[in-house]
Amino acid sequence: MNSLLESNVIFRNVYCFWAANPGNAEQCTPVGAVAVKDGLLPGGLEWLAYVMAGLSVILLIVNVYLVFAALYTYVDRRVLAKFQGRIGPNRVGPFGILQPLADGIKLMTKEDLVPAGADRWIFNLAPVVMMSSGILVLAVLPFGKDSFVVDLNIGILYVFAITGVNTLAMFMAGLASANRYAMFGGMRAVAQLISYEIPVVLSVVGIVMMAGTMSLVGIVEAQKVPFIFVQPLAFFVFIAGSSAEMNRSPFDQVEAEGEIIAGYHTEYSGMKFGVFQAAEFGAVLITSALIATLFLKGWEGPFLPSHVWFLLKLFFFAFIFIWIRATLPRLRIDQIMAYAWKFLLPLSLINIFVVAAEVLLLGDQITDSSGVSMDLTTSDMWIMAGINVVVAIVAVIGLAKITGMDARESTKVANVTRVIKGT
Amino acid sequence: MLDNYFQQYGLVAILSVIAVVIPASMLLLSWLASFIRLRPNKPNPVKSQVYECGVEPIGKGSWAQFNFRYYVYALLFVIFDVETVFIYPWAVKYQSLGLFALVEMLIFVLILVVGLAYAWRKRALEWE
Repeated sequence: MNSLLESNVIFRNVYCFWAANPGNAEQCTPVGAVAVKDGLLPGGLEWLAYVMAGLSVILLIVNVYLVFAALYTYVDRRVLAKFQGRIGPNRVGPFGILQPLADGIKLMTKEDLVPAGADRWIFNLAPVVMMSSGILVLAVLPFGKDSFVVDLNIGILYVFAITGVNTLAMFMAGLASANRYAMFGGMRAVAQLISYEIPVVLSVVGIVMMAGTMSLVGIVEAQKVPFIFVQPLAFFVFIAGSSAEMNRSPFDQVEAEGEIIAGYHTEYSGMKFGVFQAAEFGAVLITSALIATLFLKGWEGPFLPSHVWFLLKLFFFAFIFIWIRATLPRLRIDQIMAYAWKFLLPLSLINIFVVAAEVLLLGDQITDSSGVSMDLTTSDMWIMAGINVVVAIVAVIGLAKITGMDARESTKVANVTRVIKGT
Repeated sequence: MLDNYFQQYGLVAILSVIAVVIPASMLLLSWLASFIRLRPNKPNPVKSQVYECGVEPIGKGSWAQFNFRYYVYALLFVIFDVETVFIYPWAVKYQSLGLFALVEMLIFVLILVVGLAYAWRKRALEWE
């Protein structure tokens, strides 16, 4: 765990701007030839400088997150429209780019209905819980070189712990609405999210094992070869599982319009609905950022600045999620549950032990001050990548054959399509 | 002052305050808008009925039957979630523990997989 002042550039600059008096903050040592100027605060007020520096980093990243979440609602609708041969929102502003703003004003000025039998406190609390769990994840995401809020040594565990609260928010909304369809949505949300939590969490174990740390910064630095090549199986499990955790199609049974109206947020209107939507679209961005960090080297890349690389990778995966949504039809709830328990869970277990065996066989044991660890060189990682791609293909095809998840279900779907088309 | 451990979690504490304040203020703003007549607020009994596609709801509250299989999944989840709790510290220290840890974890996971296979065999994972 590095000190904040050593590694976090924005935090360091703001902190030293305010509290760099001699004897006030010894940590503000000069960088290179540039001497540190005296800070503006008198001695004894370092805590104030600490709070201000923390707030400046936090407000920067939270505001960027909210603006991107709003913009992503526009991008999602626009790209989805292109996939479906429509135009999409194009009236407000140039190319309709101001659509999120118009939506925000519209939701703000809409009547806010609360059903008669609802539990008002929990009903109002649910959107707050949902959005705050999304914002809290931002604490550990490294969005550029030396740029993050904090680099916790339990980084990835913190992320999973916080995103687990989402389940609670959806169930609160479903239970408090006094609506049976909302209740079904909440039930489905709990069942689906806890089922997919396990494969997702287990798929990251292989990465933690290779990096030897749970810190997201440490994981990015450990990627001599992007882990998307080294652990394709983990990537597959993670992207499938996390798209189920976000209730996006093909796993959007939680809010399946054809069956249970809108699921857990059926009764929500006005700004409460807006907060739910913003939290959902924000979750897609956070998941894309996580995938970029865990599997695609996060901010690292040649030529361009680190923040640009991070955003490029983030948008790439955000686009992939829209693509998946536009392509795949919705699954039934029993198919969704079977997919988690019969398919993704065995795959993630296979991944853990294959990676564990490879780390033992290929790594050279080195002993240094921090204890014994395995040294995996770049060529070791490429060998692992080669083996793991083969393992992934064999495991996916083999397991699909064993569980009958390929042939039987796909013929069913084909039959239904044939009936619909009348052939 | 800037102790390494507390300075980090101090920022998480500040962030958690911000994370509650932002959505709460969005709701508060929309609530305040009803006072200056920016948004209407005229509740009536029909409006505050729950939405069930236009059919009048029978009975009170949201009590409805749901499939008991959700309960089986909850049980399975508890077992495997405990496994993830154990497997994470193991994964962090794996590089220094070596072969012994691998065999140990293999035995541990095998015991749980036997349970999963049993549930699978008993058709607890299917809905028919």
